[in-house]
Amino acid sequence: MTTLTPADRVPTRAPEPSGKRKGRRGKVRAGKHLHGGKFTYAVLVFFTVISLFPLVWTAIAASRDNHRLAQNPPPFWFGGNLFKNLEIAWTDANMGAALLNTAIVAGSITVGTVLFSTLAGFAFAKLRFRFKNILLLLVIGTMMVPPQLSVVPLYMMVAKLQWTDQLQAVILPTLVSAFGVFFMRQYLIGALPTELIEAARVDGASSLRIVWHVVFPAARPAMAVLGMLTFVMAWNDFFWPIIALTQNGSPTVQVALTGLGRGYIPDQSVIMAGALLGTLPLLAVFVLFGKQIVGGIMQGAVKG
Amino acid sequence: MRSERRSRLYRWDLKWSPYAFVAPFFVFFLAFGLFPLLYTGWASLHQVELTAPNDMEWIGLRNFSRLMEDEFFWNALRNTVTIGVLSTVPQLLIALGIAHLLNYKLRGSMFFRVAILTPYATSVAAATLVFVMLFGRDIGMINWALGQVGVGPVDWENGEWTSQLAVSTIVVWRWTGYNALIYLAAMQAIPNDLYESAALDGATRWQQFVHVTVPSLRPTILFTVVVSTIGATQLFGEPLLFNRGAGATGGANHQFQTLGLYLYEQGWVNLHLGRASAIAWAMFLILLLIGAVNWLVGRRLRKSS
Repeated sequence: MTTLTPADRVPTRAPEPSGKRKGRRGKVRAGKHLHGGKFTYAVLVFFTVISLFPLVWTAIAASRDNHRLAQNPPPFWFGGNLFKNLEIAWTDANMGAALLNTAIVAGSITVGTVLFSTLAGFAFAKLRFRFKNILLLLVIGTMMVPPQLSVVPLYMMVAKLQWTDQLQAVILPTLVSAFGVFFMRQYLIGALPTELIEAARVDGASSLRIVWHVVFPAARPAMAVLGMLTFVMAWNDFFWPIIALTQNGSPTVQVALTGLGRGYIPDQSVIMAGALLGTLPLLAVFVLFGKQIVGGIMQGAVKG
Repeated sequence: MRSERRSRLYRWDLKWSPYAFVAPFFVFFLAFGLFPLLYTGWASLHQVELTAPNDMEWIGLRNFSRLMEDEFFWNALRNTVTIGVLSTVPQLLIALGIAHLLNYKLRGSMFFRVAILTPYATSVAAATLVFVMLFGRDIGMINWALGQVGVGPVDWENGEWTSQLAVSTIVVWRWTGYNALIYLAAMQAIPNDLYESAALDGATRWQQFVHVTVPSLRPTILFTVVVSTIGATQLFGEPLLFNRGAGATGGANHQFQTLGLYLYEQGWVNLHLGRASAIAWAMFLILLLIGAVNWLVGRRLRKSS
């Protein structure tokens, strides 16, 4: 756990000139650009530990065996069974196939959402056409409608098309997102100068060329953010996949985990190994792009 | 000749390409978003069984009248409300506090931001499976820790309040960091002059937080309340997996069965798709109610400021 405290490294750099660390008493300063004190770091480290502990403990439990996990007190450190349990989860519990399925599903949804949201967001932000405002209102109005409200007809459609237990049953209904359209529209209003589009038109560029050479380059940062947020959501989607897919057909990771949890394999350490396998790809994404994801959520918050 | 054709093509392009750009979105949106949403209302007036989902028999409002007399429906509604309060209130309060701390100049601030967001990257399934073990009665880490301070083993899963508290804990764990970042973004948009003039008036840090930060954050707080409430209304994965043996009942005595879970049980365990649609419409009404309250509160806030 020692790696969790960058606050420990504070003294290695030159001290800041503010001198407020001790001087809570002296002059009261404006609250925004102050440096955090020891208390601030202590509380943040506490919440960091709480945020990470369940994940670390998943790995600890996955490295033990069922027998050890049935004893009190629970283990606090790693055992030697991690790779054995991962292997069992990978083969016996279908996690290998489930990971592949989830990669296909989340990848397709991400590509579709980013592409279609950028096109529609561009049209709503910069082009003129009839019914524009009504259509936009429709998009915004349904942005927060939860999936439960349409799940029964969706299931009837999927059953009629005989898509049950096939990946398109979870890809196609989630392929576009009202939030994505709204997000891209808000971004492009500010980030894409209208003069640039007009200049391209004067040069005789078609709309498709404008999208390719002007809109996509301007939208790239927002597309990246939307892509990451969509990927996380699609990877973790739960409600619809467990209705449309089954454990023994072509499950996504979440469906496979549900099967594990139901006692398909009652070995707790294998269950934890499965949970670990299902979470690791996203954790990798977070380690690589955490900064951008944080930026994206904060950016979306201010604009939305 | 050529230039005329070109200009006609140009006008055609200008007129129709906007529709082409929004078309892919709207095709999928109409087919898989709007149509099912409206059709749920139609299906709720029928008897439909999961075994023959395209075989519908008109029964009018019977699904709804049955729901009104259904003790499990009211139980699920009550549970949804209590779990919603137990998860939303602490989640947003803690998020507000964390955001306030993150708003200081910090070393490693990006590390803290990413770290508190990692629960958001953990799926409902993975998180719940871990928390089930942590909340275990005889071997769980939480009861072990409570035992160290002399609190006897708590039967988290079988008690009414304890199970709802445990389910809420999973929600709080997953979403607090996300909300903290949203608050942080809004805090960074507050102009510093406000703090400076408050400081000149002799306001302490706490007073600055109460009288400058929180009022400036009101629209954002309202937004997060709405989003979290909608999330709480559809709570499903956590209660489903919290008791793996009981299927979709939400515990032996339905003690943590939510509306979302009850909908699933009616539709996909008991095979009554029509009744599931009626529950969906009841949820829809609740959401409309939340929306109306939100609109009224928002209007009052705008008037008062």
